[in-house]
Amino acid sequence: MTEFTPLSSLLGGALLGLASLLFLLLNGRIAGISSIISGSFRALNRTPQWRWCFLLGLALSPLALAIFDYQNISSIEITWPLTITGGFLVGFGSYLGSGCTSGHGICGIGRLSPRSIVSTCVFMLVAIAVVFISKHLL
Amino acid sequence: MMKLIISFLCGLLFGMGLYISQMVNPQKVINFLDIAGNWDASLIFVMGAGLLVFSLGYFLVIKKRTRPIFDNNFFILQRKLIDKNLILGAVFFGTGWGLTGICPGPAVANILTFEPKIFVFIIMMLMGMFVARSTLKATASIEEFTCDEENCEV
Repeated sequence: MTEFTPLSSLLGGALLGLASLLFLLLNGRIAGISSIISGSFRALNRTPQWRWCFLLGLALSPLALAIFDYQNISSIEITWPLTITGGFLVGFGSYLGSGCTSGHGICGIGRLSPRSIVSTCVFMLVAIAVVFISKHLL
Repeated sequence: MMKLIISFLCGLLFGMGLYISQMVNPQKVINFLDIAGNWDASLIFVMGAGLLVFSLGYFLVIKKRTRPIFDNNFFILQRKLIDKNLILGAVFFGTGWGLTGICPGPAVANILTFEPKIFVFIIMMLMGMFVARSTLKATASIEEFTCDEENCEV
């Protein structure tokens, strides 16, 4: 069980929006994490360096929050088979569908892109169905 | 150099947003998706606030500009076609997200927890991306396959 946290959700969400907005305004890039990840492994002569910088910042973000005495309450309770299957599907699906929760869910819908609106509705509904089946039917 | 520093800081800010909103916690995400259980509506507030800030800035500031501040053009693909790959991709992605409660952003933001499952998730995610890329390259013509060139989203 997790508590409903409207205030920290609004604050955190606003930061996600602000980071995506500044990234597009300053560097002209979409903050779509799946694309940034999949693009970081291309040949070095095709400018993947900014992707590594973004991912480094993302990975180091809990350290920045540690300054504010922030306590992480994240807990990974997923089984190994689900971790392996789920990880593969997330990578495969986000590449095939050109984006994930950040690229489609925030940057895409935020620009009113029809592709992103459709994609987000589909993956939300599928994820809700998967959780319903795994938690209540199995 | 400036662009690299901005990339780092935007990644940092993005990750802070994920931590403060607790979206790095897979359980929080799963409890949002579990509408028939002890539903936690937090994710709607995260997305709502994120969309509000981003779309206001996009339509009021970015759309009026011809280029970003530190580069010569915006790297946005203006694709309109809702095709099979978009839908199938969303179905696969939604399945993986529902099974784990983890999407790419939180996976990377969780690296410093040194949780073995996060590392395995990321390795499997990279494999999934590689397989999807190989499949697309094998089936699509080069013209259709623009995803590799720059950021995919649009």
